[in-house]
This record gives sequence, structure tokens and C-alpha cells, in this order.
Amino acid sequence: MENEALKKAVQELEAKFGGEAKEFRGQIQVLLPADQIVAAATALRDRHGFEVMPDITAVDYYPQLTPRFHVVYQFNSISKNIRITLRVPLDGNQPVLPTMTHVFPNANWLERELWDMFGIKSEGHPDLRRILMPFDWEGHPLRKDYPLGYEEVQFTFNYDEIDQRKPRPKE
Amino acid sequence: MPMIEKVDVTLDELKHLVTNQALEGDTLLLNMGPQHPSTHGVLRLLLELDGEIIINCIPDIGFLHTGIEKNMESKTYAQAEVMTDRLDYLNTMGNNLAYCLAVEKLTELDVPERAQTVRVIFVELQRIASHLVWLGTQALDLAAQSVFLYCFREREYILDIMELCSGQRMMTTYIRPGGLWRDVPVEFEQAVRDFVAYMPKRIQQYEDLLTKNPIFLDRVRGIGKMTKEEAMAWGATGSTARGSGVNYDIRKAIPYSGYEQYDFDVPIQTDGDVYARYLVRIEEMRQSLRIIEQAVNKLPMGPFRSNNRKFVPPPRSELSRSMEAVIHHFKLWTEGYDVPKGSVYQVVESPRGELGVMLESDGGPRPYRVKWRTPSFTHIQLLSWIANGQFVADLVAIIGSIDIVLGDTDR
Repeated sequence: MENEALKKAVQELEAKFGGEAKEFRGQIQVLLPADQIVAAATALRDRHGFEVMPDITAVDYYPQLTPRFHVVYQFNSISKNIRITLRVPLDGNQPVLPTMTHVFPNANWLERELWDMFGIKSEGHPDLRRILMPFDWEGHPLRKDYPLGYEEVQFTFNYDEIDQRKPRPKE
Repeated sequence: MPMIEKVDVTLDELKHLVTNQALEGDTLLLNMGPQHPSTHGVLRLLLELDGEIIINCIPDIGFLHTGIEKNMESKTYAQAEVMTDRLDYLNTMGNNLAYCLAVEKLTELDVPERAQTVRVIFVELQRIASHLVWLGTQALDLAAQSVFLYCFREREYILDIMELCSGQRMMTTYIRPGGLWRDVPVEFEQAVRDFVAYMPKRIQQYEDLLTKNPIFLDRVRGIGKMTKEEAMAWGATGSTARGSGVNYDIRKAIPYSGYEQYDFDVPIQTDGDVYARYLVRIEEMRQSLRIIEQAVNKLPMGPFRSNNRKFVPPPRSELSRSMEAVIHHFKLWTEGYDVPKGSVYQVVESPRGELGVMLESDGGPRPYRVKWRTPSFTHIQLLSWIANGQFVADLVAIIGSIDIVLGDTDR
């Protein structure tokens, strides 16, 4: 961590928001509690020049339940040319997170994807719908307890049997 | 047992996205796509129109969702790379490069100089090819059909070079962790030199057809405006952001694959409209040619992939002589290699913007989580406010100018 600006940002995250920084392969990752994330992102944007939030995603550590998820935020500062990653651990099967949409407007779709793929709800989100999967889809595909799935091959002898099991569009 | 949540969604859930006039019938709700030639793929837009003016534009994506991130989790690192080609099908080499750089960062593999240079040549060729598709389709949307034909003629030349080296025109999987699949053939250098020699004249031809053409200018100037602050807040990157004056190019900011050795400029425009993005991309093609020329002139001899047998398979010729090589070959192609535990976020500059891959490993031979941060996903979101207040006929110009690829968006 040679960069002065980056050092300052990490120091503030550790002192004010209870962050826990670590460096891996030259990249800084800071572990933060979920209730601090919006304040931390606002501080990064306003005081440390991180104007862009390129990405939000999550990692599922099932069957471990505490924490089950890590939500990963990437931040980029164009003016200072530094990047930082924030990770937020979340417990349980129905995790909730405060929304980031009023800090970075592009969080809107990223948080919709988070809900769609992992079932992580963003509290206060203006438009929390599924985004990639069909609107009546059940389950959250990128969770580790969600099966990969495959399609059975239909032959003449079992054609009707498999046909009956196929999902049909709702009325 | 997976937790399944029953969700009931009706059309009522979309009501908050449109104005009250739409519900009373004063404004018109129009569905554009998913099968519409000007949406460049399977993008659906729900438009609320007051006469010809767009009041609300609601993009609906996911028609091309193929679950690539989920699939990659069940494949070894070598197998998973094949899926990266299918993300952004106009930037296959760039996707390969992003993935390979991430794997190399995790495993701390070194890449020989020759492989680095060939990678740069291919990624820049791919950038030109992608921009040619963008230019052709953008012009086609604005009814300039001949430009489309010229662009695809030149793109064919680039695809031929890719076929020459990888055997595939588009789905190349040529860049591999640790280097390349195989060395480039002897014809490669001359083919690239020929291309670099004849392409500038072609770019000039496109400019003659469009840049000062009054019909084209009427359709693109002052349309789809985006300020610098908006571009940064909404996460716009690449040439879309550079058209609004954001001076940021990952090749300059965080150089990878030896980009710091090449001399090139990053074109910037400040108007932030469709025309500005057009000018930026045209200039980017010229700068890419400059990079290719420098790279092919310095193309060093030497190995084309790393000699680290724990991650990179041995050459075929060794298999008949060395027991060690047979063991490595067998192990690498059956169970793959273990990658140290950890998570990295690797970014490269794709033709569309910041292409990021977050790769997390649990120490095993399969990626634990791969997340693709794709530029088109972020850029389609721009449509939901950039199109408001514009004419519906200008919407196709805006969609063309943010240069989206739906395979990139939906993953």
C-alpha cells in the first residue's frame, strides 16, 4: 500500500466504520459490517475521490451460515487512479442490505441482479424486481444450493413422459 | 434442500415505472423489441410516448441470459475459459485476456514477452473489428447502408487473421493462462503488416462518408447528451464516457500486458452526444493501428507460453519422450490445477469500456465464483434516463452510440 490517498481511505474505513483491511496480490480489500456500508461509500465518494462504483456482486459460502454471503463492492477513483474493494458479510438465508441507489445511481440494476441471483434484498430500493431471470422464476440461481440443472434427452420411447415434466408457461 | 421462494408478479408491479397518464390512456405505451433490428440483439424497451417524445424508457434485459457465471463454477479453470468467448461475442480475445490475467494474478504465473506482444496485437485487432461492427450498425440504423458493407469487408480481414492463428473466426480461446494456445504461424506478421498498411485509407473513406455528411450530422448532433458528472455517477466507462470528457483509459491507468511500452493517445470529446462518441471511436481505431504497428515491429522471438508445468501443459513433442510430461499432461487435462485461495478483481479496457472479472478461488481446481462486470450492462442502464425527452426516431441513434452487445449484458 504505497499510495498515500489509498492509505488515507483505508485508515478512515478502519477507524470510523470498523473496517478490517487486507492486501492480496496488490489489491486492497476491506471487510465492513453491513450497517456501515452506505456511510462508508458516501465517505469514499465525497472525501476520497472515488467517483465510480463499477460493480456490486456477492459470493455464497453455503453451507456456512455465519456469514453465508459476502457482498463485494468495487470502487474506482478516476482522479487519483486507485481502486478499493469493500466486502460485507451477511448472515442467514434471507439477508437484507441497505440500498446504495442514492449514493451511486447505477447501483439500481446491480442490486436488482443481487436480488435476482442471490436473493439478497436491498432495503429502500425503488424498483426491486428480477432482472436477468424471467419474472416468475423461482429460486436464486447463483446460490450454491441451487442445482446446475440439465435437460433430459427425449427419445421415441420416453418422449411423452419427459414432455409432461417440462415446464410450461403460466396461463 | 434449496430454499424456494414463491413469487407472484403481475403487471401491476410495473405500474410505478410509468406516469399516471399512461394508465389513463393519455400517453402511449409502446413495446420495442426484443425482435427489433435496431436494438442490436434481444433487448426489449418499454417506451412511454407523448406523441413522438419519449417520456419513459424502461429497458428489459435477460433474453440472452445463459448462466455463464453459474456454469463456470462447475468447470476447471481451463474448461471455463471456453465460456468467456461467448460473453461479448465481438470481443472474444479481450474476454480471454481478462480471464487469463485474473488466473495469472491468482497463480502468479509469468507470461513471456512474445506472448504479451501477440496478445496486444490481437486485442487491438479485436478492438478495431468491434468498432467496425459498431460503425456499420450505427450507420445502418441511420439509413446509411453502404458504410455497413464496407465495414464488414474490413472486419472479415481481421477475422481471417484470427482464423489463421486459432482456427476459429470468432470463438478463438487463443489466449490461455500462461501465454497462448500455440505460436503464431509465419504468415501472421505479414498479414498484420498488410492490414496496418491499408486500413488508414479505409478509415478515411468512412469519415468521408459520414463525418461531414449533413444528413448524418442532423441525426447525431445534440442527441443523447450526457455530462461528465452523469457519466461517472452512472458508471459509464470506455468510449461512451470518453465522449463526455472522462479522461480514463485502463490501458493508460493500470497498464497490463505491457501497454506502458506503446505510444498512443486516448481520444477525448467533451460534447457528450452521439456525434462525440462517434468521433472518439473513429480516432480509437487509428490509435489501435498505431499500437499494432509498434507491437508487430518489436515482436520478439522466444517462448509463446510459460514454462511452469504445474499450470501450463507441456508441448506435444515432449509427450513421446518424457514420462514427466505425460504425467503433467494427464493431470492438467483431467483434474486441472489448484489455484491458491483468494479473490482478485482484474480489469481490462474492452472496446465498450471497463471489462472486469472478479475471480474467487477456494484453493481447488474450479473457480468458486466468477463475476463478469460487463460494460454493456452498465450502459443499457443509461438508456433509462438518457432517452427521456428525445424523439422516438433518435432512440436508435442513442442505442447505437452506446455500443451494446446483448451477450455481454445478459451473460
